[in-house]
Amino acid sequence: MSPRVKTPRKIQNPPLVKGFKPYGPGSGKQNSEPVILLYEEYEALRLCDYEMYNHQESSLMMGVSRPTYTRIYASALQKIAKAFVEGSQISIEGGKVYFNSDWYHCGGCNCYFNNPEKEKEMKNCPLCGNLQITPFDSEMTMDETRINI
Amino acid sequence: MKVAITSRGNTLSSLVDQRFGRCACFVIYDTKSRTIEFIPNPNKDAEEGTGSASVELVASRSVHKIVSGSFGMKIKPLLDSLKIQMIVIKGQEKTIKDIIEILDH
Repeated sequence: MSPRVKTPRKIQNPPLVKGFKPYGPGSGKQNSEPVILLYEEYEALRLCDYEMYNHQESSLMMGVSRPTYTRIYASALQKIAKAFVEGSQISIEGGKVYFNSDWYHCGGCNCYFNNPEKEKEMKNCPLCGNLQITPFDSEMTMDETRINI
Repeated sequence: MKVAITSRGNTLSSLVDQRFGRCACFVIYDTKSRTIEFIPNPNKDAEEGTGSASVELVASRSVHKIVSGSFGMKIKPLLDSLKIQMIVIKGQEKTIKDIIEILDH
């Protein structure tokens, strides 16, 4: 029997850097293998410890169940601890993920737009300034938006 | 604030290009000073990597918004991390002049 298929995890903010390097006298061991931190683990850590959401809220944002989220989070902590203690590099890559930010639709000029700054709430259309904006759920039409937007 | 618009030509009456990476021309419009700048897309006929090269081009002009017909799979996360807003106008034949008029609202 084939193993159960993993649910794709939704990532809102991809990391700014590709990884981290240790420095100092103990960091000379370049032959040590880098710790691979998956994108989903980075996102789990960001949501919980940077944005201060709880596991339930974070799991909803990533589109996985709460137990799955907790497993991803635990794995992230374990990997980071391993890298810190052993002084190895951290490389952020891979994982079964897709990227998405919040999309909106404007009724005034019939355009779609995203909100790059999540801290601020969108009030009016960035194009025509119309107030008739509605959240556009790109999950529903994921396949379509992947190709068309 | 600067806005980039993808264009099919280098005049105000050109239509908005529905593609981002392979558009003919980028129009950089400054909403404050109301200046318009046309930049021909050097990556128009490149085989691959047009999207990220185009992102670099517009990001070097420090734009805050990009108006286009569509954005590819690789471009969306890139623009997300650069905090550049994407505005998609789908299935509408609008000219650069129309867009600038709407932006000025």
